[in-house]
Amino acid sequence: MKPHLKDYMDLGVSMVRTGVLGYGGGPSVIPLIRHDAVKRYQWLGDEEFGEILAIANALPGPIATKMAAYLGYKSRGILGASYAVIMHILPSVLAMLLLLSAVNLLAGSRVVKGMIAAVSPVIAVMLGVMAYEFAKKGIKGLGIIAGILFMLLALLLLEILEVHPALVIVLFLGYGAVHFRAIARFRNKRKRPDREGDHL
Amino acid sequence: MIDWLNLLIGFLIANLLGYGGGPSSIPLMYQEIVPHYHWLSDAEFSNMLALGNALPGPIATKIAAYVGFEVGGWVGLGLALIGTVLPSAIGLILLLRLLAKYRQSSIVKGMTLLVQPVIAVMMITLTWQMAKEPMGTIGIWQTLVIAAIAFWAMERRKIHPAIVIVAAFIYGGVVLQHYV
Repeated sequence: MKPHLKDYMDLGVSMVRTGVLGYGGGPSVIPLIRHDAVKRYQWLGDEEFGEILAIANALPGPIATKMAAYLGYKSRGILGASYAVIMHILPSVLAMLLLLSAVNLLAGSRVVKGMIAAVSPVIAVMLGVMAYEFAKKGIKGLGIIAGILFMLLALLLLEILEVHPALVIVLFLGYGAVHFRAIARFRNKRKRPDREGDHL
Repeated sequence: MIDWLNLLIGFLIANLLGYGGGPSSIPLMYQEIVPHYHWLSDAEFSNMLALGNALPGPIATKIAAYVGFEVGGWVGLGLALIGTVLPSAIGLILLLRLLAKYRQSSIVKGMTLLVQPVIAVMMITLTWQMAKEPMGTIGIWQTLVIAAIAFWAMERRKIHPAIVIVAAFIYGGVVLQHYV
């Protein structure tokens, strides 16, 4: 197979699979997309995936299609982006149209309710594992105390003060832009404690 | 004609204002679909939402496809989907291209690092929301046992998540239908 044909094959298979298996809307599909993109096909590293997820979260609009568009774009440009989005949404869009008549039947079905109840804990585990890995990465980069403090700060802003997630991300990105310079300055001052403002 | 234009604009606005992925833009889509353009009645909307939730895949595009097709046929479907997907996809690609250019700078490295704690917290919240649902319907023990088995299968045995999900579907459809 020609290399770009294989790219399209992999992309198509992965997008259909994640589109069909993701229950409960966009966010539940993130662990599945990550598994394919980072582990199975290795389109990008875990760190890059986290970065894209963060920026995708800071932008409005559905999350799953944003991720699909970026992965498609990275692999095969604009055409790949359109292709990935279409493959990701096609099965559910077609099913939606086909099942118009069965609306009431399916929505009240005990089998469907049972299926959703059984799959939710599985998705929760996948999300939990991702949370752990992001937390680990943050702590590794920031040090254990600063890492935990920043997480508590994020928790306070997001859950208790209910600040808009996009605003929280922009805030952290803003500090992140000067983080290494701030650390460097802090270290310099420690080396010369005779200078003013020697502790923060 | 005017219906087509309205579909494009309606779904564009609802999704541009909807932060935090598809589910968060549902109320905004409702605003456009029911009170603003009268494409569906209240009852039709809630039936559609129920069907959309029963099917897998992203929710925003399922709603756009259904309403677009109802109102404007295949062209309507295409336009509603474009309004839903296109602006945010283009925004993400442009931003990431900009970021890739400056990947080696300490500014971008700091930004990448500082965003990890926020994502971790958002993931924890999402985990809790996802786990809370089934606790109400099938009880805490069923939920915990399924979660424990899923963890063992995916993290210890390294079984592909798709297989674990299909297994959960089968178990839910066959066994849990008697408990919900």
